[in-house]
Amino acid sequence: MNIHLTRRYRFPASHRLHTPAMSEEMNCATFGKCNNPHGHGHNYALEITVSGPVDPVTGMVINLGELDPLVNETIVARYDHADLNSLPEFKDVVPTTENLCKEIHKRLSQKFNGIKLERVRIEETRKNSFVYAGEGMITI
Amino acid sequence: MIYLTRRADFSASHYYHNPKWTPEENSRVFGKCANLNGHGHNYSVEVTVTGEVDPVTGFVVDLKQLKDVLDQEVVAPMDHRHLNKEVPEFATLMPTTENLATVIWKRLEGKVAGAKLHRVRVYEAEDLFADCLG
Repeated sequence: MNIHLTRRYRFPASHRLHTPAMSEEMNCATFGKCNNPHGHGHNYALEITVSGPVDPVTGMVINLGELDPLVNETIVARYDHADLNSLPEFKDVVPTTENLCKEIHKRLSQKFNGIKLERVRIEETRKNSFVYAGEGMITI
Repeated sequence: MIYLTRRADFSASHYYHNPKWTPEENSRVFGKCANLNGHGHNYSVEVTVTGEVDPVTGFVVDLKQLKDVLDQEVVAPMDHRHLNKEVPEFATLMPTTENLATVIWKRLEGKVAGAKLHRVRVYEAEDLFADCLG
């Protein structure tokens, strides 16, 4: 029986939604306040869901003693108190939370042995959340 | 098809310990959870059932019936209990959040009349939960 395990992490970061593919006016019309040249911040909440069989000895899909350092070192350390626009992965990609989900999924997806990264979910605010599950289906 | 979710809360204690291992090995694998005096959590269980909406009642399932099943199978046997010592499944099974989701699934399966059990989600804390999808 496969179990999905979800762990939540937090990191504040800043971003600005802007693309050189549009005029200044079009950027402003498209991104609104998020286009403010000085950027703005969010307290992002990140949920990482992995799935796999439960180890019969430990009772675990993954030991949090492994998952936490992996996510903290790979993701949280990189994005905590960062300006997302200044990072190379967002040089040519607008750092929307959609794209942040995909980037985090990419950075984590090859890191697990024997278990599957099911989904990356990010709450940008209490009102907005985003999920990326790779090519898989999102389970309700 | 509608998915309906009901939540129930219970508080319980547990520890993680493998009697075949040395204290050092238990501590290395399970960390603070290996403390044999146990520790507690405020657990939340979300049970999601799925089915067609009854054209007369407008229900997928009678919520009172679902609440009664949850009370009987989960809350009464687990609330303010020690999972390792008082819930029979955990006499030989580590009471992790993963296993708790599976045990609760097995306790509920087939007991919710008129609807299909879709998911059991167990929150050990706000930042950690496990889903059993059968």
